[in-house]
Amino acid sequence: MKTINFMGARKLWFGISLTLLAVGLIFLIINGGLNLGMDFVGGSSIHATIGKAFEVSEIRDIMDKYDPNATITYAGQNRDQVIVRTKISFDNEKRAEIVKAFTEKYSLESNNISFETIGPTVGKELAKQSLIALLLAFVGIMVYVSFRFEWRFGLASIAALIHDVAIMVAAYAILQIPVNGTFIAALLTIIGYSINATIVIFDKIRENIKSERGRKIDYDNLVNVSVTQTLNRSINTSLTTLITIFALYFLGVPAIKDIAFPMIVGIISGCYSSVLIASPLWVVLRRRFKVSGAR
Amino acid sequence: MKSKSLALFLAIVLLISFFAYIAFFGLNIGKYEIVPAKDLIKLGLDLRGGVTVLLEAKDNPEDPVNDEKMGRAVATIRERIDTLGVTEPVITRIGADRIEVQLPEIQDPERALDLIGQTAQLEFIEEETGTVIITGNDVKKAQAEFGQSNDGLGQAPVVAFELSADGAKRFAEATERNIGKIIGIYLDDNPISMPTVQSIIPDGKGIITGSASMEEAGDLATLIRAGALPVSLDTLSVTAVGPQLGANSFEQSVNAGKIGIVLVFIFMIFYYRLPGLIADITLVLYLTLTLFVLAALKATLTLPGIAGLVLSVGMAVDANVIIYERIKDELHLGKTFRAAIESGFRRAFLTIFDANFTTIIACVILFYFGSGPIRGFAVTLIVGVTISMFTAITITKILMKLLTQSGMLKCMKYFGERGVK
Repeated sequence: MKTINFMGARKLWFGISLTLLAVGLIFLIINGGLNLGMDFVGGSSIHATIGKAFEVSEIRDIMDKYDPNATITYAGQNRDQVIVRTKISFDNEKRAEIVKAFTEKYSLESNNISFETIGPTVGKELAKQSLIALLLAFVGIMVYVSFRFEWRFGLASIAALIHDVAIMVAAYAILQIPVNGTFIAALLTIIGYSINATIVIFDKIRENIKSERGRKIDYDNLVNVSVTQTLNRSINTSLTTLITIFALYFLGVPAIKDIAFPMIVGIISGCYSSVLIASPLWVVLRRRFKVSGAR
Repeated sequence: MKSKSLALFLAIVLLISFFAYIAFFGLNIGKYEIVPAKDLIKLGLDLRGGVTVLLEAKDNPEDPVNDEKMGRAVATIRERIDTLGVTEPVITRIGADRIEVQLPEIQDPERALDLIGQTAQLEFIEEETGTVIITGNDVKKAQAEFGQSNDGLGQAPVVAFELSADGAKRFAEATERNIGKIIGIYLDDNPISMPTVQSIIPDGKGIITGSASMEEAGDLATLIRAGALPVSLDTLSVTAVGPQLGANSFEQSVNAGKIGIVLVFIFMIFYYRLPGLIADITLVLYLTLTLFVLAALKATLTLPGIAGLVLSVGMAVDANVIIYERIKDELHLGKTFRAAIESGFRRAFLTIFDANFTTIIACVILFYFGSGPIRGFAVTLIVGVTISMFTAITITKILMKLLTQSGMLKCMKYFGERGVK
């Protein structure tokens, strides 16, 4: 395969990412932050299989009494399911009333209804734990990569990971999709996935450095060669993973879609960052922080 | 040599198919039956339906929450739940002041929630003075039965109770003092019955009227019998999944997963040809082993867990992709096929290890900080990544070598590349 000049266009790659992140930031400010879902701020959700066609207005009639601001969406392949989300944590009594209203209106069995209520306390803890988990993941990966490679590789890979997390957050800020616990799970999975891709490329770089031993190394060219050599792998692995996730997204149930969507964003971002951000950034870091005795 | 290698190759493939068959369909030979491994994996409540309640003890400065009280609270809740006839209820203490109750496949979550959360402090109070005569602690026995109704006409569900000796004595004294007056019966400060004392009750036996149904009377009897919770509990979160809805989620997600996995299989054959087929065979083994390990670990499969499993297939292929790309590189360098396979595997190993180890770091953190279904996701991913390293590296290598020795796999063109020898 012909070597592609990734390094030459590095400003373009960085520019695209920074633009996307800037757009995300603008939306974050305009929208006053992320749309935090019930896992974080507390609330209730009702998921019912109505089993036949229905109008949102009918559900609205039921819910108006409890929360006029509830969001009501269709779900299921035949649009015969409904998901109601509200920021109110209903108590047992209200919950029983609402379930009864549903079962009576559509003559349902209660085994076709799911109900979830989360109090605000749990949400605050989740937010704190999520942040700790993300930090720990970064530190753990930084330490491992520094240990197996060297610290500039570690730093470059962490930068790529922060990029992926930021892109996913930006997507949620722009689309205003409710952020729940599954989003955090997706974030951590993508961190694990993206670092995997980055390391495969770094590994190639390290190997190519070794084979150049004694000669003066043109790092721009070295990175171009290494990234090109691993490009097939980067694309194929992203494709196979995307195939499975897309299948889950398009054919799965709402709860699976909630976790599949952020992963689709993350896998694309992870592929981009490991191919186009991590290695060029490593060269930049290398120039800036030269090790003593480096050739 | 050639035919021997081919025979061995086919034998391994056959063995893998056999194990896969057992994992997915089980086996039935005469009176020996092997249950499919997939049926041994426990399903989470999000897939089989059920109620999960998270309760937190309210801290009261005068009566602080301690370990002993939490232990008693768990025992009390367990006793109450037993009357529901739920199979395998799980009651776990979380941290210092929390209790999680999981009730699988329950049809009537409301009734369960009523039973679990109430403090159920029963009090008999003298209306005139407001003094508490006896509490739930004095009750020795309580059961639902049909008895005389409030209005004195006909039968109605009531709770018949029997007091301890000490309680009976105090109750006798109180009834004596209060003839013609009311002794109120309160549950958590709510009046449930306000009977007027007709005569002295010396034997400590009585009934509580006011239950609408036999079931309600039964639940009240359970609450009284199990006693009051030593701490009052706040409900932090409730997740009630309808069993039918859960079953549908399971079926639909598994089907979505199957389609995703089959597409990956097709992609591998399309892109890598014969080696791609080998990758698919190892993937089948990978899935089989993962099912066995999940069953052996008694892991709970949740909805996100299915997503994790399917995702892990996409990632498991990665090891094969790395190895194949590596072998192609070696072939481009002009090595013989056999040498290319040797060095390809050797060189790919560290890459795969480093890459997967970081993934596992992230998953372990996810497991540690996640809760419920998310943990299930982390577990399937950790198990998946670990097993995929074994199957992709070891099994693929054996199969590749055997096919090469048998002469079926000779040169670059078997990787689907044209124009290169």
